[in-house]
Amino acid sequence: MLAYVIRRLLIAVPTILLLIVASFFLMHFAPGGPFTSERPLPPQVLANIEARYGLDQPLWKQLWDYLYNIVVHFDFGPSFKFKDRDVNDIIAQGFPISLTYGMLSFIVATLVGVSLGIAAAIRHNSWIDYFAVGLGIAAQALPNFIMGPILILTFTLWLGWLPGGGWNGGQWQYLIMPVIALATSYMGSIARITRSSMLEVLNSNFIRTARAKGLPTRTVIWRHALKPTLLPVVSYLGPVFVYVLTGSVFVDIYFSTGGLGQAYVGSALSRDYAVLLGVTILYGVLTVLVNLLTDLAYAWFDPKIRY
Amino acid sequence: MFGKSQKAARLAETITDHTAIQGRSLWQDARNRFVRNKAAMASVFILGLIVLFTIIGPYFAVWNNEEIDWAVMGDVAGMGMPSIETGHYFGVDDLGRDLYSRVIQATTTSLLVGLIGAATALIVGTCYGIAAGYIGGRVDGVMMRFVDILLAIPATLVIILLLVVAGRSFFMLFIALGAVGWLTMARIVRGQTLTLKNREFIEAARAAGVSEFTIMYRHILPNLLGVVIVYASLLVPEMILTESFISFLGLGISEPYTSLGRLIAEGAGTMGYGTLWQLMYPLAFYVTIIITMFFIGDGLRDALDPKDR
Repeated sequence: MLAYVIRRLLIAVPTILLLIVASFFLMHFAPGGPFTSERPLPPQVLANIEARYGLDQPLWKQLWDYLYNIVVHFDFGPSFKFKDRDVNDIIAQGFPISLTYGMLSFIVATLVGVSLGIAAAIRHNSWIDYFAVGLGIAAQALPNFIMGPILILTFTLWLGWLPGGGWNGGQWQYLIMPVIALATSYMGSIARITRSSMLEVLNSNFIRTARAKGLPTRTVIWRHALKPTLLPVVSYLGPVFVYVLTGSVFVDIYFSTGGLGQAYVGSALSRDYAVLLGVTILYGVLTVLVNLLTDLAYAWFDPKIRY
Repeated sequence: MFGKSQKAARLAETITDHTAIQGRSLWQDARNRFVRNKAAMASVFILGLIVLFTIIGPYFAVWNNEEIDWAVMGDVAGMGMPSIETGHYFGVDDLGRDLYSRVIQATTTSLLVGLIGAATALIVGTCYGIAAGYIGGRVDGVMMRFVDILLAIPATLVIILLLVVAGRSFFMLFIALGAVGWLTMARIVRGQTLTLKNREFIEAARAAGVSEFTIMYRHILPNLLGVVIVYASLLVPEMILTESFISFLGLGISEPYTSLGRLIAEGAGTMGYGTLWQLMYPLAFYVTIIITMFFIGDGLRDALDPKDR
């Protein structure tokens, strides 16, 4: 197990480094820097600005400084567009918001999806089973950017129950729609995975043995069937995390929650490479870490797997 | 005198059926299984209708997709409604352009994005996977580690980054979608190649002096086809989804081109002004395309990969 953890860490570190270096070079070879405007700046002014952001240094020095600042100080440098803010400020402002509803939708979707899947498998071919299967299919056609407009249409425009956007310090009325929009799609996927996994487990020999011993159904399901059922779900949590990350970009834009996604798309449109890079690297690092954690959880969860 | 009973005669005939039994190939089997799958067949039919619509539809259009109908522009919510008389069958969009033509244009774009994106991923991923799996050893290790590293980065972010850096264009969109799509394909193909390359028929081919390249091309590739087709068919709707997501954010295809994601975004932006059709028509097309494609993909998987149910 320890050797496996070390090996996985050894893959994770170069992945993160490669991500940073590759994005850095992409940014530098992109046409049209952040300071090219329709009215060209006098060369002296441009030179001053470039000196201010360290862009006059040789490329390897810039890369080294960038890497050094990230690794040692966790500092992504100044924003190119907003003169008085650096990338860390922007992340510190937006990330907690994205994290709040991201975590909430993660928890809601996992809990509801797993319960729905288990209920569907236990009551095979009942209405709840059909509902779970239907949701599983709909999940593929109802990603967040489809759910968002549908929710606003229903709850804000027609029923008038919920505010159509904003954050307001994270009051619950403002949280409901972002969480549902983000959660629905992969809640369906989780329900489908859990259902088929549970059906398979319920047909296996050790469950038959447990039943034959005369254990009550409740014990059979909770004590024996649940753990092996959840294995495929655990391995799906990595992709779910990526889904929440990218989905949060949509939610931030559409529901105006003020999260990091707004800064991300804004910087992509205005070519503020510093912010774009910072957020990409942050999300990439988080993804690598979460994948690492789910792999470890999987190894810990499944006694059959020995690394 | 006993006449032969008819039943006995019929039985005898069945037993002594002299026609040789026609062998069924894997592909015939697969086709039969697919045709029997009702959901998949219905999906093929509906998707066929949509494709037909994008081809024939423009001939019935009164307005083209770039013309602005100045007459209704001032009153989009009222006069821009879907109606046969004005020639705006699906109504007009916020700028007074005919939504019918725009939806056709967007559907074509989205279908093309799905097909070309998946095709790019298919070709690159298959070549890479076969090479890694067949050569094996340290080369395989390095090649697959590279794939692992790239897979660890969220695909949508990579696409956005590529589009921002290289500029937004049709060509770049296909490149970017293909650039992230081939990774999983390469993994699947490599795994299959590993199991295939030690089989007897490969050994026989090698003993007969067939060159390595020909073995990969003539003997391994055809045996991979089933898995590759199944995965590619699931990749098409995923490509459309990703493109729509990016276009919804305004980072994908830009004017004068449009895609379903872009139209849904526009419709979602104006739904408060009583112009709901601007959202509903593209949404209906989008949802239908995605659902039918997933059914077709599932049907293909059941048909081509009967063990994996």
